[in-house]
Amino acid sequence: MKTLYTLMIVGALALSGTAHATPATDALLAKYKAEGVTKIDAAKGKADWTKSGKGEDGEAISCSSCHGTDFSKAGKHHKTHKVIEPMSPRANAERFTDEKKIEKWFKRNCNDAWGRECTAQEKADFLTFLLAQ
Amino acid sequence: MKKTTTLLAVLAFTLLGSSLAQAEEQTLLEAIFTPFRQKEFVPVTNKTYQDECGSCHFAYPPGLLPSKSWEKLLTAQALPDHFGENAELDADTLKEIREYALANAADKSYHKRSRKIALATENIDAPLRITEVRYIKRKHHEIPEKMIKGNKDVKSLSYCDACHTQAKKGVFDADTVRIPNYPDWDD
Ligand code: HEC
Ligand code: HEC
Ligand code: HEC
Repeated sequence: MKTLYTLMIVGALALSGTAHATPATDALLAKYKAEGVTKIDAAKGKADWTKSGKGEDGEAISCSSCHGTDFSKAGKHHKTHKVIEPMSPRANAERFTDEKKIEKWFKRNCNDAWGRECTAQEKADFLTFLLAQ
Repeated sequence: MKKTTTLLAVLAFTLLGSSLAQAEEQTLLEAIFTPFRQKEFVPVTNKTYQDECGSCHFAYPPGLLPSKSWEKLLTAQALPDHFGENAELDADTLKEIREYALANAADKSYHKRSRKIALATENIDAPLRITEVRYIKRKHHEIPEKMIKGNKDVKSLSYCDACHTQAKKGVFDADTVRIPNYPDWDD
């Protein structure tokens, strides 16, 4: 029995150690594909990360305004200055583990930064880029 | 003898029952027997509230505003434009958070500071900000602007936990304050 558990744990570690995908991100990427995404482009996700739109009061805001560009470090909310835990799943095991949470923040944050929701293509690119950090 | 035991059992049961029923807020008895907590605010105990309302800023303990304020802030219409940000919640989450906030609002609390907030807001329109409440304004009016707005690590009085080092525990006592970049603010 003990060996079985050990094997299971080792197996789980091996799986999560290679790709940082989680069941939540697998489900989301499958959903985006069902919505018509055929080719995912992590480089586009990277470029979009620092692309700024006009925020609420005309101030230029991008994803990096709150999350930064060093994914192993914490970011800071541009307005409230609250610390936002690192985005890298390597540095922060809680990242990208809840489908509803990811979709909720994509909706809010795309609106904050670009004044509109992101498309399935943009979300798939972002997610794939972020999972590799 | 038997009678006393039964009586004690009944008493214990009643006490247990009432504290379970009010697990979120302290009972009057508990409040009386824990003087420090009684003076301060009840800290946030609901995990959903902590997670959802603590992601963009410090999760304000509900005892900082009266229920009429939470009734206005926590609705499906108000949250998509929450001080200029989208803080929308799904219906189930909103229901849980709203009920938690209403049950622990300033006017429902026995704690001294909450009672003062309830009094200060009794006969006026519901404030949408804690920082608009007379009692809170009065407690801070002597702090110079340069230590708040002009302070890059504070920016606004709204960010309580920038100065109140034990805000997460509901403690706002002047002895626990540390203003960033102004170690000697008290002199
Ligand atoms: C106004 C500040 C702000 C901006 C701008 C911002 N975010 Fe966020 N983001 C947050 C906050 C706050 C959270 C929730 C706190 C947390 O998860 O640590 C969050 C969470 C997320 C999450 C959820 C992560 C998870 O673990 O589930 C994703 C995905 C995300 N942001 C993507 C983006 C993208 C993409 C952009 C640019 C289009 C962006 N964010 C811009 C503040 C911001
Ligand atoms: C998407 C980010 C975000 C989320 C989520 C959020 N808030 Fe806020 N909240 C803000 C911003 C931005 C302000 C305005 C801060 C300022 O004026 O600098 C604010 C202000 C407030 C204030 C007024 C503070 C004052 O100035 O006295 C209260 C009360 C409040 N929020 C409660 C909540 C509650 C309760 C929740 C959970 C349902 C919540 N917030 C979720 C962003 C958010
Ligand atoms: C710029 C730093 C700063 C911020 C931000 C701040 N406070 Fe204070 N607060 C103080 C100082 C300093 C005092 C003590 C004033 C004095 O000496 O009496 C104080 C006193 C108080 C008191 C009275 C404490 C006592 O012992 O009587 C309360 C209650 C309080 N603050 C609540 C809040 C709340 C709620 C917020 C957020 C909405 C907040 N404060 C934000 C600095 C701050």
